Amino acid sequence: MSAKGKGTPMLEVRGLHARIGDREILKGLSLAVNPGEVHAIMGPNGSGKSTLAGVLAGRDHAEVTAGTATLDGRDLLPMTPEERAVAGIFLGFQYPVEIPGVGNLYFLRTALNALRKARGEEPLDAVDFLEVAKEKARLVELDPAFMNRALNEGFSGGEKKRNEVFQMAVLEPRLAILDEIDSGLDIDALRVVSKGVEFLRSPTRSTILVTHYQRLLEYVVPDRVHVMAAGRIVLSGGRELALELEKKGYAWIDEEAKRGAWAEPARVSP
Amino acid sequence: MSATVESLLAGSERLPEVPAFAAALRHAGREGFQQQGLPTTRLEDWRFTSLAALAAHDFAPGAPGATLDRGELARRVGPAAGPRLVFVNGHLRPELSTPGELPDGVIVGGMARALAERPELVEPNLGRVVRLAGQPFAALNSAFLHDGALVHLPEGAVLAAPIELVFATVSGAAGASSHPRVLFVGGRSSQATLVETYLALGPAADLTSAVTEVVLADGARLDHYQVQDQPENAFQFTAVAAEQGRDAHFSTHSAALGAAISRSDVRATLGGEGAEAHVAGLYMADGSRLVDNHSVVEHHARHGTSRELFKGILDGGSRGVFAGRIRVLEGAMKTDAHQMSSNLLLSRDATVDALPQLEIYADDVKCGHGGTVGQLDADALFYMRSRGIGLARARSLLIYAFAREMVERVKPTGLRAQLGRLVAARLPEGDRVLETA
Repeated sequence: MSAKGKGTPMLEVRGLHARIGDREILKGLSLAVNPGEVHAIMGPNGSGKSTLAGVLAGRDHAEVTAGTATLDGRDLLPMTPEERAVAGIFLGFQYPVEIPGVGNLYFLRTALNALRKARGEEPLDAVDFLEVAKEKARLVELDPAFMNRALNEGFSGGEKKRNEVFQMAVLEPRLAILDEIDSGLDIDALRVVSKGVEFLRSPTRSTILVTHYQRLLEYVVPDRVHVMAAGRIVLSGGRELALELEKKGYAWIDEEAKRGAWAEPARVSP
Repeated sequence: MSATVESLLAGSERLPEVPAFAAALRHAGREGFQQQGLPTTRLEDWRFTSLAALAAHDFAPGAPGATLDRGELARRVGPAAGPRLVFVNGHLRPELSTPGELPDGVIVGGMARALAERPELVEPNLGRVVRLAGQPFAALNSAFLHDGALVHLPEGAVLAAPIELVFATVSGAAGASSHPRVLFVGGRSSQATLVETYLALGPAADLTSAVTEVVLADGARLDHYQVQDQPENAFQFTAVAAEQGRDAHFSTHSAALGAAISRSDVRATLGGEGAEAHVAGLYMADGSRLVDNHSVVEHHARHGTSRELFKGILDGGSRGVFAGRIRVLEGAMKTDAHQMSSNLLLSRDATVDALPQLEIYADDVKCGHGGTVGQLDADALFYMRSRGIGLARARSLLIYAFAREMVERVKPTGLRAQLGRLVAARLPEGDRVLETA
């Protein structure tokens, strides 16, 4: 496992501030993810986890007011969402959007070919694409029937999440940010999510799992665990930090945050 | 010069001679148009549809022999899949038409010829189904009655291939007017598909006032389509009126894709028990264009079913008008009527006026209406963009997704594909929208 300081982080966020309307949600957040690492970001509801995921993917609901975010040293913040996708970011949505009238597979081929085109690669024709899609569908145990339905339309919560992982497996991002991909999932679906993440685990790819629960981390072993509270990362550590959180809950974090315990840079446990 | 009642009627007094009943209809049309004049927004049915833009133009009846390039025709409507009649400025042009194969006794031909040779097939129905009162452009059309199409199906005739009617208004230096007329008579248990395409070709702004009358005997079925694919300087007024016997099934589906002002009036009269009517329309407008769909579905008899679905896509400063009236007359028990209009506004300046109206004089009926006006879903756009799909493409995909239902309910495969292309062609990167995975 590469430690911070060796080489260049794939994702580097420094002092990020963002607000939604008048409310500041991210308050000086810093985070570095090295190539090949899987990071988990945990934290109580309202700590800003989903806002961070959205801001990194280019969602314009939050306004970045200070700080930097780079991917492979390139400034992410001026990029459109589609440019970030080309750069290698994939956001797995907490609530995948239903889009009636757009076929699941058609959508995915359009997306893959848009990425390939932007990267100067040849587009995949329908036949070649179908091969790729079938293989990845098997990997995430997605019923082939879902491939031909309208995008997420009428999918159950679990099916939508599985479809997110399917898309991720097809698009093969450099940095996957999975926003509460585990919420509402049964054990089977969790296993599938973990397969998708493990499939992409390589020395050149990274994953950020945003989650409220420790349960997912029994299936995907993270290299680093971060705790978010009040718009910042307040604790970082290894996997044992997740277990500690599971035991103690989040209440104490909220308490500490309210007392202003983390007004200064985060405590980093070994 | 500007378009006035008299200038629009100019030429209507010098038409070829027709049988007395047709001459009487012309006369009624002239009088009707003179009495009603050009409608103003003071009239309830024209409240949101100003014809002020017409005043800047001058129209004269388009020449029957105006040149219509075969290549252009083929490019616009593709090869004929069955019988196809092509009309230039309302006149049948046999050399551009394809007779196709027809079952015995079925007539698909020019109205001028039918008036001369088979007036007995025309007289009982022509001018009877459409109303001239309250429809000044139907009156104008009638004033110019001379040619058009007659489709006549004897009892039990079933046509597999769609009958295509192509109406091209072709101007020269000055704007042309044309007044296409269609009479469709379906005998008992007959079945057919009729596709009308309206084009305007030529440099000047053209005006088309079209009337289609449909008479369906007991158990007859007609699937009717109108595609209006005109340039943005054209003016199009269409009236479709259908009268349905017992268990007769009438569906009419329009696509209003062009024209500066496009106004459609559909009236379906469910006269016999168990009749069924489907009225649908897709419209797209941008710039300062206006699309207006008025419809009246009138239930006269028991156990009638009607369904209406209109979808509009409005961009720029365009305007959409939807006025749908369902009338259930006394005694029309067990009527099941529903109406829906949905609009997608792509800009802040686009507007839509939706006026659903239910008039119910019978109890024991099921009637409803609904409507939506919305914008492109920002979450859906972000979702697509986050996967690498550019903004223009993502918008086009969502717009096409909204229209898709209206394309897919077109039954003839050739027309369905053509309509898909016409819709996609109006979207950024639209050619890519139709690729399938």
